[in-house]
Amino acid sequence: MRFSALRILKESLTGNKNWTPHWRSPSPKSAYDVIIIGGGGHGLSTAYYLAQNHGIRNVAVLEKGHIGSGNIGRNTTIVRANYLLPGNSEFYSHSLKLWEGLETDLNYNVMMSQRGLIMLCHSDGQRDAFVRRANAMRSRGDDAHMLSVEDLRKLLPYLNYENARFPIYGGLLQKRAGTARHDAVAWGYARAADERGVDLIQNCEVTGFSINNGRVTGVETSRGKIEANKVAIVVAGRSSQVAQMAGIRLPIESHILQAFVTEGLKPVINNVISFGMGHFYISQSDKGGLVFGGDLDGYASYAQRGNLPLMEHVFEAGMALMPMIGKAKVLRSWGGIMDMSPDGSPIIDKTSIDGLFINCGWCYGGFKAVPASGYAYAHLIATENYFHTASNYRFERFQSGYNLMDEEGTGSQHNLH
Amino acid sequence: MRIICPNCGERDIREFYYRGSVNDLDRPKLEDSLSNWHAFLHLRDNEAGEIRDLWYHERGCNGWLIVTRNTVTHEVIRTELVNSNDEGLT
Repeated sequence: MRFSALRILKESLTGNKNWTPHWRSPSPKSAYDVIIIGGGGHGLSTAYYLAQNHGIRNVAVLEKGHIGSGNIGRNTTIVRANYLLPGNSEFYSHSLKLWEGLETDLNYNVMMSQRGLIMLCHSDGQRDAFVRRANAMRSRGDDAHMLSVEDLRKLLPYLNYENARFPIYGGLLQKRAGTARHDAVAWGYARAADERGVDLIQNCEVTGFSINNGRVTGVETSRGKIEANKVAIVVAGRSSQVAQMAGIRLPIESHILQAFVTEGLKPVINNVISFGMGHFYISQSDKGGLVFGGDLDGYASYAQRGNLPLMEHVFEAGMALMPMIGKAKVLRSWGGIMDMSPDGSPIIDKTSIDGLFINCGWCYGGFKAVPASGYAYAHLIATENYFHTASNYRFERFQSGYNLMDEEGTGSQHNLH
Repeated sequence: MRIICPNCGERDIREFYYRGSVNDLDRPKLEDSLSNWHAFLHLRDNEAGEIRDLWYHERGCNGWLIVTRNTVTHEVIRTELVNSNDEGLT
């Protein structure tokens, strides 16, 4: 089933009775070429690119819940490519390019909205750092614009520019950054993967691995044993538990990250605004809700909900930046389980077991990475070679200390990111 | 989530600094192998369920605590001082 303007018109005139399900619900076969564990954004995009780029279609995605029930449905939908460090920057640059063509690729409306992302700075030193970052972004071919206070006052007249602790000195704008509809990203990749022959198997939890002579031969699941030549783990916050079933201990600590959304309001915030010094960022959804979040709660957790002190901190930061939001009522808050790596950057690598791959460590930045992560992971699974945008995302950087990608410059240590 | 400090009683988590897994107390010796140091610095069991981790009562008695808690429910089960003689700052 293809989506097109003509089809939508035709269905609307005939009572929308002929739409079919987006994907099949097959029972698991006894064997596959590749099994992907995890039906989130990264797992689904991996399945899609395995089929699309490498012609590997005998693939199953095993999801213990339902498609889109993990972090792909629990984020703040921001897409950007404003990273500084080599190893990271080319990866996110590639991801943003894939985002820009995603709707055509998938024949699915992911509501990609390049509304621009503005990072605010509050001192001469921070402004210098932003100029450096902007130059790095431009030198690899992405867009970056430095904004003066006067520019910002025209764009964002509602900010408090005179805050005593964090007066606004300027901003770094990436016009191509923005937001996308997170659920639609999962559905679009799921549908496109299914169309290409991938089996999406929901409510199927992996309970163990079959490993013979150091090579993975399949998985045990809540729906029986399934054989596979290759198995790819991509389960975000649950990475440590799944890897442990294969006897692998990961450099990951799972943390809680909260986000919030207000009641629907008339359009007021046209961009994504990032107030890094206050641990606060915000955008407005197409439905009108203000979607905002902050930093990690700061302790290991799998609860998918946070505590009140961090909530208060985020609201205070929001009020400090834009006092006008004080009257908006918060409708919902939620928490996602973040697979935090020591240096804050991800891992897309082989493991010590032949045929077993892992993709994890996305910390709190996994959403924008969904296309490029699947692209690079599919390449690694299909060819056993590292894709050039993700060749630094290796385990060995932690042991050797070489090629660490510590974007925050705080050190490669668990409690610092 | 509130933490029961052995010195101060039940307190708001804002008073505490979080260090991480109790694994941090098993510091290798300088001459230990690279893989031991790697495990100490980076690798974690990261259990979903009952764990033991290190908290510092920064805005209280300044004692270092080992907190046994559940990462799925946020229940705090038991708290003890890293050094049982640590009475904190008086």
